[in-house]
Amino acid sequence: MTSTASYLTAGRGLRSWLFTRDHKRIGILFLIGTSGALFVGGVFALLLRLELLTPGETIMGALDYNRLFTQHGIVMVFLFMVPAIPGVFGNFFLPIMLGAEDVAFPRLNLASFYAYAIGSAIVLAALFAGGVDTGWTFYTPYSTSSLTAVATAAFGVFVIGLSSIFTGINFVVTTHTLRARGMGWMDIPLFVWSIYATAIIQVLATPVLGLSLLLVAVDHAWGLGIFDPAQGGDPILFQHLFWFYSHPAVYIMVLPAMGVVSEVVCTFAHNRPFSYTAIALSSLGIAFIGFLSWGHHLFVSGMSVLDAGVFGILSMFVAIFSAIKVFTWTATLRGGRITFTTPMFYFFGFMFLFVFGGMTGVAVATSSLDVHWHDTYFVVAHFHFIMVGGTLTAFLAALHYWFPKMFGRVYSEKWGIIGATMVILGFAFTFTPQFLLGNAGMPRRYFSYPAEFQWLNVLSTAGASILGLGMAITLGYLVYALFRGAPAEDNPWRSRGFEWRTPTPPPLHNFAGQPEMVPGAYDYHVADHHDHDDPAS
Amino acid sequence: MSELLRRILMLPEQSSTVAADIDRLHYFVIVVTMLGAAGVAATTLWFLIRYREGGPLSRRSRGKTGEEIRPARTRAALIAELTAVGGLLSLFVLWWVIGFRQFVGLHSPPEDSLEVYVTAKQWMWSFAYPNGTGSNGVLYVPVGQPVELIMTSRDVVHSFYVPEFRIKQDVVPGRSSTVWFEVVRPGRYQVFCAEYCGISHSTMRAQVIALDGEDYARALEGLSAIQLAGPTADRPAVVGEQAPAEPLSLAAIGQRVAAQAGCLRCHTVDGTAHTGPTWAGLYGATIPLEGGQVAVASEAYLTESMMDPRAKVHLGFKPVMPSYQGIIDAPQIGALVHYIRSLRDVRRSGGPEPAPAAVEGSVPLVQPLTGEPGEPPAPPPASPPASGTAPPAEATP
Amino acid sequence: MTTMTPPPDPGEAAPRRLEPQFADLARQEHAVRLGMWVFLGSEVLLFAGLFALYAAYRTEYSADFTAALHHQNLLIGTANTFVLIISSFTVAWAIHRLRHGDRRACLVFLAITMVLGALFLAFKAIEYGDHFAHGVVPGRGYASAELPARGARVFFNLYFLMTGLHALHMIGGLAVMGWLVTRVARRRATPAYHAELEMGGLYWHLVDSVWIFLWPLFYLTG
Repeated sequence: MTSTASYLTAGRGLRSWLFTRDHKRIGILFLIGTSGALFVGGVFALLLRLELLTPGETIMGALDYNRLFTQHGIVMVFLFMVPAIPGVFGNFFLPIMLGAEDVAFPRLNLASFYAYAIGSAIVLAALFAGGVDTGWTFYTPYSTSSLTAVATAAFGVFVIGLSSIFTGINFVVTTHTLRARGMGWMDIPLFVWSIYATAIIQVLATPVLGLSLLLVAVDHAWGLGIFDPAQGGDPILFQHLFWFYSHPAVYIMVLPAMGVVSEVVCTFAHNRPFSYTAIALSSLGIAFIGFLSWGHHLFVSGMSVLDAGVFGILSMFVAIFSAIKVFTWTATLRGGRITFTTPMFYFFGFMFLFVFGGMTGVAVATSSLDVHWHDTYFVVAHFHFIMVGGTLTAFLAALHYWFPKMFGRVYSEKWGIIGATMVILGFAFTFTPQFLLGNAGMPRRYFSYPAEFQWLNVLSTAGASILGLGMAITLGYLVYALFRGAPAEDNPWRSRGFEWRTPTPPPLHNFAGQPEMVPGAYDYHVADHHDHDDPAS
Repeated sequence: MSELLRRILMLPEQSSTVAADIDRLHYFVIVVTMLGAAGVAATTLWFLIRYREGGPLSRRSRGKTGEEIRPARTRAALIAELTAVGGLLSLFVLWWVIGFRQFVGLHSPPEDSLEVYVTAKQWMWSFAYPNGTGSNGVLYVPVGQPVELIMTSRDVVHSFYVPEFRIKQDVVPGRSSTVWFEVVRPGRYQVFCAEYCGISHSTMRAQVIALDGEDYARALEGLSAIQLAGPTADRPAVVGEQAPAEPLSLAAIGQRVAAQAGCLRCHTVDGTAHTGPTWAGLYGATIPLEGGQVAVASEAYLTESMMDPRAKVHLGFKPVMPSYQGIIDAPQIGALVHYIRSLRDVRRSGGPEPAPAAVEGSVPLVQPLTGEPGEPPAPPPASPPASGTAPPAEATP
Repeated sequence: MTTMTPPPDPGEAAPRRLEPQFADLARQEHAVRLGMWVFLGSEVLLFAGLFALYAAYRTEYSADFTAALHHQNLLIGTANTFVLIISSFTVAWAIHRLRHGDRRACLVFLAITMVLGALFLAFKAIEYGDHFAHGVVPGRGYASAELPARGARVFFNLYFLMTGLHALHMIGGLAVMGWLVTRVARRRATPAYHAELEMGGLYWHLVDSVWIFLWPLFYLTG
């Protein structure tokens, strides 16, 4: 520890946190918010799995079930997945990795957190005061005619969208203007590249979602009928608008996860990335193509055969960019010097789950196969493999990887590995049966199902309980480490990343004096006085 | 092999003509996908063990830098990566090509398809058959004959899904969508609603009952006729005590609906020009619209023109037709469309020119259904024209 | 709007505006400008969704749209276009004058801009009132005798949505202008550093140019 006061002790009292403009503290605020959302969404998920244990009613009625899966979807997508990695780790580490003192617009950054907090409060208020039963996709005309609190929830998501846009603006401008002296575009860490690509999507796609949800809210409240066929509207247009955002939103959720994986794999393999350029530029490729593939959500909505063909092939190109990343990560391990830690366990989980989930994504982009799979549990399993198997494992990898730097404490590796194993195995047990359920023909959002599907549902629920237990254990030892953990070193993983060159936890202005940016963030082949090259020391 | 994979993947029976082909692509894609994911995971694991800290190949045990061997092997690895990416891309394109061809097939119903009109509403499926009967929750189809469903929804979006047939199609309010299949063996097949539609979404199910020719005909006879004002059966030609009345065919019902709803006051069925476009030869024709565009008079267009007549107005006709939304119900719309289809081969005598000045009532109110082209009109059936079910709004300007 | 920490180099008036994360004022101004452009890009996408809806529905109901367009008040629409074009000019001129040290002229032109903005909203309110009087209202209450078609209803729904969203942006723009007036009056925005004035101007121009697209779509292309 250095004598510089850390950001944690730089101010005292609740006010110093609630009105902070320090990007690190805002990151911590987001961590509290998104972890809370993860907990709530996770409890909803477990209740859903419990309900699906038997073909008929188990613990709740159909309306409650419909509300619950909607709540699960909204909370997990808009309150956790979208803001989690950019809001927490992007805020905390992007400026440090660029050698900057803060983000470009600290006040806007705080406003972003409050937009998130207020939006979440509105969403939760809507959920508990009547609930929403439309599914997180708000498809019209069901959503505009549903008697539940649709307008409130849609408005809440709109406000959270503001948060996403503010954060996106901040990250784009920070990356452009606040790189340390001498740091070129090809010197910035890979995590920053992925957050940058994410920020572009956030800025460009979120307003379209905001608009479509606003239209749903207005429609629901005042009967505008802009998507209501009885009044001349076209419900399919809503689906186009919605997926124009929500498909790129998948990349808002998964690109930051890819950035985390790039950092983790280089640090724990103590190796340069196999190809820095491939990882950096494929992020931009994903961001770009991601805007052009939304139509694959509408293969059975009645779109023309030609449209289906075009959207099908474009969707497959996204997979190519992801495949480039996967191969590059694998190749980075070669010739490395790999240490096994909790983040590395999550990395391995990510590699298997994300690759399998991604490949099934190519499968569902194959138009004739999608006809059978569309809106079945196969699709549910597919996107959970990407979202949970990809983003959640990467979020947990990031949390463990950066935990010592953020809080200056060390967690228990033994418990970490137990937790990681349970989460990954529990996840696989939960969702692999769902692929088979989808093949067998069980549609999603089904409160009751034919009895022959039961045994697979029982397996899935069993897996979910392992996953839930693993998450509970993880929460337990991390909270313990937060208060009782041993003090962490400045660079416990012997990483070359810029964020490890500052004291632990970082001081208020990130670096004591001018940050050192030589050697580069991945120059493991260059000897350096920071690197004792002996992790046992 | 194929059957084994089907069981492992828990796919339902292949009960339609397209199922086996789609499943073959399915096996191809899924097996490659699983092998690929397993391959990546295995390689990762192998590297993790091989290059572990202190392991035989970690850089440390090769000396501190270990750089000497890197460049050559890196080049090999780069080639390997490029090959892998290129191979993947070709594989993806191959899947796309096969999948797209199948997708086109799924959207191209054979010419001789039997047509059934499907109405979805919360939370029920209704079916109307060409012979004028209807059923709820059970769809009877013949085995070995392609069946085309012409579907619309009365409230929210639903989706017609039969896992055994590998088909699914959203059913959207205000539009008509179609899906076709040909069942290969008799049996009962579960129909699911696949698009979330509210509290009873999961119980919005139906059954397809596929029957061999004679059983099928018998089953249809047992169904009740579509609700319609007036007699629902033709009197037999020779009135005998036991002679049962024949139920009206769907086209005959359509003709009767057209008379009762007042359609025939503006539309002729023999090609004569009148207030509205004639129905003779209309079906399938490409018609010019106001504003320079064209439309094909398909099921969707005809349905839309009844529900929202001003959306696409035939060039040269005044937009004076009132909407029939809520006045005629879905089976009746199906019957009307079917009737208009039955007139597709009637030659147009008057040409496409409109005659806006035509006076109401100056043409025969009801035209025959069974008339061959050129045959003189037969006397109208017994039903009273323009009875109590006439639309509230007048069709003439 | 003071910065939390003392600036690294206190001295002349201008660097007091420097936030600690920036090395110098030029870089800060660059960042602010970039941020504004990114934000404007986001705003454009917000309207783009509505424009896409308009395009889709116009294709579907082209005859009804044309008929409805003939019922629009071309006079008010065109007058409003000119009001906004002039206001774009006045806000640009205000910035130009401040750059030349003429604070008073800057304030005058900002005030004129605000008056023009208010005039636009007043015209818009008159127009809305006229629509309401003829039964042309958004949503379920729509009861126009002259334009009963469903396409016309869709047209007016879009009209109220798009011009309404634009009017909300105008109100936001007026608030920004009011804030800028106080900044200039209190000498917070100086001839040497007035990034906020330029950003406010950019925003105003964006709102104007959205109208330049709304004008043909809702008044001219009948």
